[in-house]
Amino acid sequence: MIKLSRRRLLAAGLVAAMAIAPASVPNAARAETPSDMLVIANRIDDITTLDPAESFEFAGSDVSRNVYGKLVNFDPLNMDKGYQPDLAASWDVSEDGKTITFTMRDGVKFHSGNPVTAEDAEFSLRRAVLLKKTPSFILTQFGFNADNVEETIKAEGNKLSITTDKKYATSFVLNCLTATIGGIVDKKTVMANEKDGDMGNEWLKTNSAGSGAYKVVSWKPNDSVTLQANNDFYKGAPAMKRVIVRHVQESATQRLLLEKGDIDVARNLNPEDVAGAGSKKGVAIDSELRGRLMYISLNQKHPVLSKPKVIEAIRYLADYKGMQDSFLKGQYTIHQAFLPRTYLGEIDDKPYSLNIEKAKSLLKEAGVSGLEIEVGVREAQERIEIAQSLQNTFGQVGIKLNITVGTAKQILTRYRARELDMYMGAWGPDYPDPQTNAGTFAYNPDNSDEAKATGLLAYRNAWNPGAMNQAVEAAVIEPDRDVRRKMYEDIQREHQRVSPFIVMFQKIEQTGRRDNVKNLTLGGAITAVSYWPVTK
Amino acid sequence: MTAVGIPEPDKQGWREWLLTEAPTSRRHARAASLYQGWLTLKSNKLTMIGVGILVFLFLVALFAPFLAPHDPFAQELGYRLQPLWTDGHLLGTDSLGRDILSRLIYGSRITLYIVLMVALIAPIAGLFVGTVAGYVGGWADTILMRITDIFLAFPRLVLALAFVAALGAGIENAVLAIALTAWPPYARIARAETLSIRKSDYISAVKLQGAGPLRIITKHIWPLCISSLIVRVTLDMAGIILAAAGLGFLGLGAQPPSPEWGAMISEGRKFLLDYWWIATVPGLAIFTVSLAFNLLGDGLRDVLDPKDGGEL
Amino acid sequence: MSATAETKKGRQPPPFLSYLTKIGKTLGSIAVTMIGLLFVTFVIGRVMPIDPVIAVLGERATKETYDATYIAMGLDKPYIVQFFYYLWDVIQGDFGPSRLTARPVEDDIARVFPATLELATLGTLIGVIIGVPLGVLAAVKRGTLFDQIARVVALIGYSMPIFWLGLVGLLIFYGILGWVGGPGRVGIFYVDLVPTVTGMILVDSILDGQWDVFWNAVSHIILPASLLGYYSLAYISRMTRSFMLEQMSAEYITTARVKGMSEWAVIWRHAFGNIKVQLITVIALSYAGLLEGSVLTEIIFSWPGIGSYITTALLSADMNAVLGGTVVVGLVFVCLNIFSDLLYKFFDPRAQ
Repeated sequence: MIKLSRRRLLAAGLVAAMAIAPASVPNAARAETPSDMLVIANRIDDITTLDPAESFEFAGSDVSRNVYGKLVNFDPLNMDKGYQPDLAASWDVSEDGKTITFTMRDGVKFHSGNPVTAEDAEFSLRRAVLLKKTPSFILTQFGFNADNVEETIKAEGNKLSITTDKKYATSFVLNCLTATIGGIVDKKTVMANEKDGDMGNEWLKTNSAGSGAYKVVSWKPNDSVTLQANNDFYKGAPAMKRVIVRHVQESATQRLLLEKGDIDVARNLNPEDVAGAGSKKGVAIDSELRGRLMYISLNQKHPVLSKPKVIEAIRYLADYKGMQDSFLKGQYTIHQAFLPRTYLGEIDDKPYSLNIEKAKSLLKEAGVSGLEIEVGVREAQERIEIAQSLQNTFGQVGIKLNITVGTAKQILTRYRARELDMYMGAWGPDYPDPQTNAGTFAYNPDNSDEAKATGLLAYRNAWNPGAMNQAVEAAVIEPDRDVRRKMYEDIQREHQRVSPFIVMFQKIEQTGRRDNVKNLTLGGAITAVSYWPVTK
Repeated sequence: MTAVGIPEPDKQGWREWLLTEAPTSRRHARAASLYQGWLTLKSNKLTMIGVGILVFLFLVALFAPFLAPHDPFAQELGYRLQPLWTDGHLLGTDSLGRDILSRLIYGSRITLYIVLMVALIAPIAGLFVGTVAGYVGGWADTILMRITDIFLAFPRLVLALAFVAALGAGIENAVLAIALTAWPPYARIARAETLSIRKSDYISAVKLQGAGPLRIITKHIWPLCISSLIVRVTLDMAGIILAAAGLGFLGLGAQPPSPEWGAMISEGRKFLLDYWWIATVPGLAIFTVSLAFNLLGDGLRDVLDPKDGGEL
Repeated sequence: MSATAETKKGRQPPPFLSYLTKIGKTLGSIAVTMIGLLFVTFVIGRVMPIDPVIAVLGERATKETYDATYIAMGLDKPYIVQFFYYLWDVIQGDFGPSRLTARPVEDDIARVFPATLELATLGTLIGVIIGVPLGVLAAVKRGTLFDQIARVVALIGYSMPIFWLGLVGLLIFYGILGWVGGPGRVGIFYVDLVPTVTGMILVDSILDGQWDVFWNAVSHIILPASLLGYYSLAYISRMTRSFMLEQMSAEYITTARVKGMSEWAVIWRHAFGNIKVQLITVIALSYAGLLEGSVLTEIIFSWPGIGSYITTALLSADMNAVLGGTVVVGLVFVCLNIFSDLLYKFFDPRAQ
């Protein structure tokens, strides 16, 4: 049409400009993070509050553990020792076993400069009971309630005493106090920010008032959490002056950041990225056994899934080893009992493996054919893969498994309403005592729809554990540690055989870190991450 | 290429008959103009590439069971993440050891299904709302256009997500959700066309002959709106495929183990850094088909609607 | 054009009165649209099969906690009452607290919207700066190789799944070449260095005179913005081409050529001058599209924008946040629409 060489030049120039534009941007790549700063990539979109009386999710517990001291706590560098004195220097148990009296440690200060007193501890525990937020059951299971906290949780001088309604194993009570809800808050600061009698709940959701190694500088939802070291920390000032946890959703993105040295730690690498990043110079991989279990469960309202033979057949229909060695490689290990390994009473029995023939004959004995069931799975890659693997093995014996994928809240809503035929998901313990899982996997005193005990897994699957209910109740008040251990072992062996739960795997968390980062512990199966021992 | 099956002249006379300057009947005129459009379309090489790709896609979908070397659902955990050009797995295997080529081939059916369903639902809904609003006018116009505005102003993804979240994830609901977000622009176009036709002598003449509004809308206004809608739909196809893929990416599209291409990318993105082909192969497939629809749409625009500015 | 500025022809009231009526009508239609928007969102929130109480409390809440929260959230009241309560609060500028972030929704939006605004604006700029000349040239050189290449380049932008392109882009430009900054809005050392004024880091850092922060932010935004820019470039260049073609075949162009006017002047002054208004409409639309937040881009680039904010909220049944976000996005859309309508009326004599 028209000859316009000038335009052609212009076009060429534009293309060239596009191509070189990024190269001219300075400052694009910087080498590693400062030596007193720890930068972590993690998924933190589950944080909805920082108030220890309310916080309940993983990323929230990670923050809380580093910000709030507790009466008793775990030593990150020696987790096997169990709970140790923290803000309480020592404790005594009364003769009837119902009252524990803590003596507070001297000279510990909150971030505000106020001293940590028994009165603060009293306030914190009472507050957790009175606020009735989700994790409050961890305390109220000992019989504390709004009407009796004045008597049952009491400060006197530098001593705090708590009195339970029954005699429980002391280890059970103290283990519960190591949970996030046991965090001791600064009464003066919190009450100064009280609004409409909320005991500072609104304010504490986004601020902190603790005595721990770090204080919260900012929490930007779905973006970052920034912590600042507390140089007056009673165990000594932490080496990392600033800890920044950035929300990075994708594993591939975390890996790129880690390999470039823009972050020190990547916490959500998938097996392939672990393998890829691990082979890079300057990157090291840690593996730590965590408390989370992956399980499937069968709704006992279902006419076929409630048949014992069918349940047993399904136990033989998961390709445990195949999954562990392929897409779950390094991140899950086969585990078939409801107590995670490292818990009191753990058992390592693995009686079940993929056995199509056995399953077929069991189904035949049960007279079942042409079964079609729905499994609810939440939208997460590894879970969808497990579900598809199950779909495959189930298909080999003629069970058609329909996978319904939904968001976490969606699937949970249906699970709690007892609407799913089958559920495939994870469960993490709430506090480091066997009761936390025994009380939900193997305990359901009232199975009627009216009971609405939707917090209990056994209830959600409409399963009546029968005599196991009493066994669980007995184990929780048994004071002798060895007897108690034996009780849980027995419960689990029975549970493994008769319950509609098929526990498959326990989580191993693989963390990618720059190799100059030392002493980072995620908290094992019993607690959350600790930043204060970290050095670089 | 016989555009319409009309039993008139024999083979030799077809071309001449179709290229006539003086059509003998309305049918004849329509056939002639279609044929001329086809000729113009044919002269555009890029458009023909697009048509070729789409025909190929259609054939692949049709003969999927014969073409696929493996069962697209058969897993082999010990043989996962195989590279391209592996023996027996030309495009490698995915995370569960399934053959990617077979999944790709079966996935073409799902892609076609999505595209056809949305292309049927959204423009027809838009056409209906737009023409009624434009022709009836008055309060009906105000109400219908206000509703259209509300849906237009809605963040598209929120609407689609909310719909899928409410009805449950799955390919049918994904199709409905995308259609729900796609219809308002069609309504706008149809209304604008209707407004410009409504006052024309032609419609007045039809009215004088005693035609009712229903007849006028369906027999006289709809046919006139269709060409601009077809152009718009073809250009939107890429967007539709990508929207379905996006829903798949968020886990709200096709459900596992369905080999929907978007879901395949979503699964494969996990391995992108080391096993790039797993996400890239379906990505290229989506790209190729979208490109084909766009090339066709671009060509159609030149033929059907040379002046169309593609407003909204 | 938009129905929001529809006017009845025929009667001729005094000019200022007709302006007043017009303004009134426009405002009225905005209000109706917004209320409709809220209503639809509200209904969506109620039909979602997610228990909003569970969404707040998590899976382990006891029955007692559940019941207390149920009442605290006002869920025991009829839907219609809940809706009017909500509407009343919104009119007073109170969107309520977000259940997920534990702060007022308006604060959240003030934080996430500037991030999206920054990205969308830069993306649109890139799209316009490259897309418009590309479209004009393609029209001028219709049918040539340049035209065909421009077409394919544009169509690639249209047809590429953005999440794939985003990951590959990150891998190449950040991972391998190291030309651009990684995910996130600024590098970790630059976080919180500049005081928040507009919420847009590029602007705030200039206001504060911190150029190193500015350049770092540029290195982070350039890749996602280029991707979004590519997408809008595709749309804008195709539209420009088709507008230009229409003008180039018009008689006045031939006349101008015959009069011996330079080709440059014919194309840019005459033809391009006449498509400006249409073009603005197209750009405004594409801008509005980017402003609703590209969720996929935001996820891949860890960009805390409004798209992922609304999505996360929606998937967790945090309805206050969804409603608030929807209102803001809807309002932006309506305003851009009205703005382009006004420009249209102002520039185009035929529309008056």
